[in-house]
Amino acid sequence: MNQPWLLLTLVGADRPGIVAQVTRVLFGVGAELGETAMMRLGNQFAIMMMVRGAGTTDEVAGLLESTRADFGLKLHVDEIDAALHQHREPDVSVTVHSADRTGIVADVTAALLEAGMNILDLRSDVGGSADKPIYIMQIDGESSDGIEPIEECVARLADQGLTVRVTPLETMRG
Amino acid sequence: MSVETLPILTYPDERLKTECEPVEQFDPELREFAEHLQYTADQGPSAVGIAAPQVGRMQRLCLVDATRAKRPVDNHGPLVLINPAITNWKGFAVGREGCLSIPDYTGKVIRAETIELTAQDAEGRTVTYKMKGFEARIAQHEIDHLDGILFLDRLVSRHADLRER
Repeated sequence: MNQPWLLLTLVGADRPGIVAQVTRVLFGVGAELGETAMMRLGNQFAIMMMVRGAGTTDEVAGLLESTRADFGLKLHVDEIDAALHQHREPDVSVTVHSADRTGIVADVTAALLEAGMNILDLRSDVGGSADKPIYIMQIDGESSDGIEPIEECVARLADQGLTVRVTPLETMRG
Repeated sequence: MSVETLPILTYPDERLKTECEPVEQFDPELREFAEHLQYTADQGPSAVGIAAPQVGRMQRLCLVDATRAKRPVDNHGPLVLINPAITNWKGFAVGREGCLSIPDYTGKVIRAETIELTAQDAEGRTVTYKMKGFEARIAQHEIDHLDGILFLDRLVSRHADLRER
């Protein structure tokens, strides 16, 4: 029987070679990688990786200790109840932008939840300049109640000074 | 004739990466094959097109059916396109695609927004179409199959955000 999936999270200052070193160590002990996502947030490196076949959470942390120390990273390993081949397809995309202020994510996600949208992917950035920041957010999700409630909720968000665009998505399969 | 479901080849089968030969014989067997192919696409998860090489027939024949889109889109009805060639492209758009031959994965691909194509129908008559949006995307995806190209070969950034169609 397969070992359970572990979720490995690494965070730290971004330097070339982190992913190559981590995966080399894991490959060296015969570990299997599942889905992974890496991003840079605020000049920091962050990666989440599904890993199995490399032992327990403590054993994986031990395997990666020297790499963690070399790159000055924070490492976290959890056992998770995950499985591959569970992809879901978004059918709506929402893009938001405005002058930055606190509460944008809370306001938008609360409104989308009320409109029946389940968020599958969210990415937000602060752009502009330090004295005039702007907030940009891109959300993909599933609209359980159709797109109309989302368009209505977007109209209300526009009254709060947010520019919001809703785009229906359809996956072409052939 | 009883209509059969044909086995669908899945990645990384080499035949999916192989350029197909032109169709030269427009006979009852070809039309029967097109019906089997349509039936096969119907059995899959909400397919709007399929190409002959996806069932191992290495000939330039594909089906395009934008009437099956979840939301109504401009379309020319269910089409059998034989020896299709795109003769004109205009604009571009990002959209999400999947493939019967690549289960459990979808990704973003840039396609021309409008195309003109010439092909032959199942009787061998020359036909031309001007397609846009979703129907144009289906045709480009299926014609790629005839050239041994998969949407995996055309993936763009997950965060690509040109206007989706």
